[in-house]
Amino acid sequence: MSTSTKAGPSSDRPILEVRQICKSFPGVRVLKSVNLKVWSGEVHAFMGENGAGKSTLMKILAGAYQPDSGEIILDGQSVQFRTPHEARLAGIGIIYQELTVAPNLTVSGNVFLGSELKRFGFIKDTAQMDRKTQEVLDRLGARFKATQRAAHLAVAEQQQVEIARALFYKSRVLVMDEPTAALSDRETDRLFEVVRQLRSEGMAIIYISHRMAEVYELADRLSVLRDGEYVGELQRPEFSAGKVIEMMVGRRLEDFYEHTKHSAGRVVLEVKNMSDGDRVKNANFQLRQGEVLGLAGLVGAGRTELARLIFGADKRKSGEVYLDGKKLEIDQPKDAIRAGIGYVPEDRKLQGVFLQMSSGENITMNILGRCATGGVLNFKKLTDRANAEVKAMRVRTASLKQRAGGLSGGNQQKLLLARWLEINPRVLILDEPTRGVDVGAKAEIYVLIQQLLEKGMAVLFISSELPEIVGVCDRVLVMREGDITGEVGGETGIEITQQNIMKFATDVTRSASNGN
Amino acid sequence: MATEVTTEPSALAAAKRKEFTRSMIELAGMLPVLIVICILFAVLTPNFLNQNNMVNVVRQASINIVLAAGMTFVILTGGIDLAVGSVLGFTAVIAVVVSLSPGLGWAAVPAALFVGLLVGVLTGATVAYIGLPPFIVTLGTYTAIRGAAYLAAGGTTVINSKIGFAWIGNGYLGPVPWLVVIALLTIAISAFILHRTILGVHIYAVGGNAQAARLTGIPVPFVLIFAYGVSGFLSGLGGVMSASRLYSAQGQLGIGYELDAIAAVILGGTSFVGGIGTVFGTLIGALIIAVLNNGLTLMNVSFYWQLVVKGAVIILAVMLDKLRTRGQAG
Repeated sequence: MSTSTKAGPSSDRPILEVRQICKSFPGVRVLKSVNLKVWSGEVHAFMGENGAGKSTLMKILAGAYQPDSGEIILDGQSVQFRTPHEARLAGIGIIYQELTVAPNLTVSGNVFLGSELKRFGFIKDTAQMDRKTQEVLDRLGARFKATQRAAHLAVAEQQQVEIARALFYKSRVLVMDEPTAALSDRETDRLFEVVRQLRSEGMAIIYISHRMAEVYELADRLSVLRDGEYVGELQRPEFSAGKVIEMMVGRRLEDFYEHTKHSAGRVVLEVKNMSDGDRVKNANFQLRQGEVLGLAGLVGAGRTELARLIFGADKRKSGEVYLDGKKLEIDQPKDAIRAGIGYVPEDRKLQGVFLQMSSGENITMNILGRCATGGVLNFKKLTDRANAEVKAMRVRTASLKQRAGGLSGGNQQKLLLARWLEINPRVLILDEPTRGVDVGAKAEIYVLIQQLLEKGMAVLFISSELPEIVGVCDRVLVMREGDITGEVGGETGIEITQQNIMKFATDVTRSASNGN
Repeated sequence: MATEVTTEPSALAAAKRKEFTRSMIELAGMLPVLIVICILFAVLTPNFLNQNNMVNVVRQASINIVLAAGMTFVILTGGIDLAVGSVLGFTAVIAVVVSLSPGLGWAAVPAALFVGLLVGVLTGATVAYIGLPPFIVTLGTYTAIRGAAYLAAGGTTVINSKIGFAWIGNGYLGPVPWLVVIALLTIAISAFILHRTILGVHIYAVGGNAQAARLTGIPVPFVLIFAYGVSGFLSGLGGVMSASRLYSAQGQLGIGYELDAIAAVILGGTSFVGGIGTVFGTLIGALIIAVLNNGLTLMNVSFYWQLVVKGAVIILAVMLDKLRTRGQAG
């Protein structure tokens, strides 16, 4: 098992090769003949927009999905993984975006979960497990103990637990799926140290990310996937942002955002002293008719929390919301909806879509009252409305009866947008509307936002992707640790750029290192 | 339904076909299982298909059908109501006691229905506003209401041989017993509410994704209170049916009924996590249980063996259902 760990990047045979992998789900071809070669001792960045198929390929490598066709070659041998366990035993370790650490076990309990060391064949040898785990943790430079319970570990530390687990399985290939998505800057630095160390020990690391800066810093090579197709590979000297984005998006960056800046009209929504006493501190802002107001900031800055307070989804400690100058009494989302505020939530599957219900029902969920007499539904009206939306939004669904759970992320998001458009709100809050959405649907969503503005709607646009914020918004508020720390665009005279936003999103001293 | 969609020929056509077979299978549900069991008994015992016996089967099933219909509402919201048997016992006692009070005979049925509804509404409110798990809340009411039933009956059997609403349990509408009419009406009205009204869509939405339901402006607490209210009300109706059939009631009436009701719902293909299922399925499920009881009795199988067979059939049927739906998903 440990034979190939010493092979360097110059080795003539890749440790892992993926050949012509295809995979379809009902209605969608997710991977179309994808190739990938990874050598020992390299960090291979695997890039692509959300929905490009990265996660699917990873799940195939992990044995969670079976490819429809194609071949996986590990260390020169063709392999098939029928279960995740087989993949793990063969030496492919996966660090998922959603970590799978069991909070009520100790760190070593997690590392050895499912393959506990035993004495006399049945007694758990906790002492030995703790000792062995501690050795690995020390090697990784972890600042927590093997005997500690996992519940209180930070996200980065949980990642280290998973890395330790992968090391115990003698993994030769480690796949990391957007490992920095939930990390702070300092934690990210720590993670990078660990990744570099693993590389120097001969591990092959597939690093899935769409953050250019990280890839620049870490990767020896990168491959790009677009709409399920393998676009190509770049060596480190060939890296350039323009080139990579062109490969990822299939067109030049400037063409991607269709945006005409709008002259903002009168104030539609005004938020005063909004606070929940914890994650949001005294937020004040105005939203004008016909504008897209961006809400930017790092993960955990309080953007979603602020949106949920406005919408009445969470309890507020203080704060008032005015619509067209009139104060609103919002205790519940339904109050906000009645007043004319719509909210497309951050987590589509958990908070938005009814996965087991049909596409049609998902679209018409907000207009049941309008399509009913005395509480009894008029299916003709409902079907007409749903059909109109499916056509207008170009939802790719087999029929109105197809379950929403069977649709792709982009199409699910279109169902949600359609649901809100049916009640034509004055203000629409979009929380990460393009997360997990393929590039085509992304572009359609941008176009849709422009159409909404022309109808006089006002949009509050929350996104973690700065290029998107810069491309879409007329004005941007930046949040940091619960405060609105700055504003760019509009009448401020400050240009909307990633650098200017980052200055407000981080404290200034650190922004120097963040400006690429 | 003819839908206009942006099509990508082959893949979507396949998905469409799949969708069609899925909905057909979903529609048929457990019906094939019921038919197979019926054919089996028809072959094994000559009296099974006899018209009197068929009416008997449905009459025996009627109370369970009514309870299971209410249970369907609750399970569709992702909950459970363990108290239906206790509520049935309590309301049956109330109905008989009230019918015995001079001048209050007319109030017997309304009183039982009202008490059932009240228990359901309070349960729903506790689940909705205090956020306790339905299993815990109804485990509590299951016990407490059972106690109340014994108390109301004074520890004995209350009897009224001239009970005013005897027609419910013993009368006929043409050739059909009123018990059967009531059970089928309950199914029809439940189906109407679930599939034709706003409230019905809301019930499925809450059961499928309560968070999303709230963020879509659906009044989640009201939906929950309604579902438990229906279950309580129908348990009260079950109490009236029992009391009327027996001209009497006692504290231990209805013990274990909740399990038959839950079994009928699950046999009917309703998902335990909520959001998926139909009340027609529940009807089929209740009939499967009743047919098993009846057929095995006709075959002189001992009561103990009946329990064993019934349990095994429930597990087998649901396994079959699982395989069937998995085949569709893949």
